[in-house]
Amino acid sequence: MGNRERREGWEMKTIEEIKAAIEAAAPGAGVEIVLNPGPSTQHSLRLSPESAVKVATFLRDDAELALDFLSNVTGVDWLDKEITEKIKVTHQVLKAVDGVEQTVEETVEETQKRVEPGYLEVVYHLFSVSKKHGPVVLRMRTENRSDKVELPSFTPVWRSAEFQEREVFDLYGVVFKGHPDLRRILMWDEFKDHPMRRDYVEPDDYEYEPTAHDAVLAKAEAHRDRDQGSGVREQGTIVE
Amino acid sequence: MAVDESLKIELGKQGVFVTTIQELYNWGRRSSVWPMQFGLACCAIEMIATTMARYDLARFGAEVFRPSPRQADMMIISGTVTKKMAPQVVRLYNQMAEPRYVIAMGACAISGGPFKQGYNVLKGIDRYIPVDVHIPGCPPRPEALLQAFITLQKKIDAQPLTGEGRPRHLDADAPGEFPVPEQGAHDLEPAANKNVWTVPVVIK
Repeated sequence: MGNRERREGWEMKTIEEIKAAIEAAAPGAGVEIVLNPGPSTQHSLRLSPESAVKVATFLRDDAELALDFLSNVTGVDWLDKEITEKIKVTHQVLKAVDGVEQTVEETVEETQKRVEPGYLEVVYHLFSVSKKHGPVVLRMRTENRSDKVELPSFTPVWRSAEFQEREVFDLYGVVFKGHPDLRRILMWDEFKDHPMRRDYVEPDDYEYEPTAHDAVLAKAEAHRDRDQGSGVREQGTIVE
Repeated sequence: MAVDESLKIELGKQGVFVTTIQELYNWGRRSSVWPMQFGLACCAIEMIATTMARYDLARFGAEVFRPSPRQADMMIISGTVTKKMAPQVVRLYNQMAEPRYVIAMGACAISGGPFKQGYNVLKGIDRYIPVDVHIPGCPPRPEALLQAFITLQKKIDAQPLTGEGRPRHLDADAPGEFPVPEQGAHDLEPAANKNVWTVPVVIK
């Protein structure tokens, strides 16, 4: 954020102070601080979708914060996480001790697997043009990444969210409630996938790779086994 | 009927001009190839430079860029063809009148170039329309585009008007329209026009 001299005018509330201000203005808003362990220490505020628009309006209209400019909206796809844990479990086991059958308690270490459901996250970067400070980073998370992907739109609060939320909808599949015109913006309307999701499978059109290397080479090798003349491929077909 | 080249020169010295319909016809065709005013990406900047005073594409008879496909003879595919744009490129090509030519300019237009691993970039416009000259480069210099244009002129000059290898507009069986790909649920459908493009066999 520029040199020290310029920073003088950029003094802003700390993330804890912003959180306190939000909670004072909107009690029970459910704001959480997401710490950034990196050297930038650019911490962010996680909003709950229910109160997000209210909080956003406060951040924009508050005289001290006056975050009047939304510079960036982007998405993050967090896959389902499989967590493997080792847990000590005590069993009652029948065992022959000194020739006599006895019930003995035995502690065994077992590995357990549980799946932490993934979610889609939307990140907003706010600045204040009038106060010359920022950024304040906001996050919102969907419940999962399949059917409960709705989040409130910030377009009514900051007009500049309109196209960027459309982009997040297009590439990640987050549905913004309250968006005035939620259509795909980069891909065509008939397109079904969300290409920036981590489990997106791209079209396999690597039929002809004369100078392939690295990832393309691997895809070209897969094609080499197929009948080159038939032109059949997994997604879409070549007309005869 | 072919005219002996040395005889032709000899007659020319005597003030007699001998030619064939084919020569005259091809001379007319190659000397007024008007490109379509149409650019897709950074290659278009080089194409614009080619038309300006320093490189001056007009020296070769391609002086006027036409804003309508109906008035254009040549399409310079100058830049990345995205899958969203590809149907429009094919549709514009269909709207051009014969005889028409295509120069695929730059790495993107001929193969997808640096973006070929992207899900949204067509891996070469020659999958849908017949390309006369391919120019590699990222982007190709104006000299390369001039070279491509001269190559196209040589190609036109060498075309016979009858029989095998005649231009498409003199061949009643040649396709006049090329199917516009549909934008499908995952990719363009079909993925290529098999009458124009077949998978070349890579020999190791």
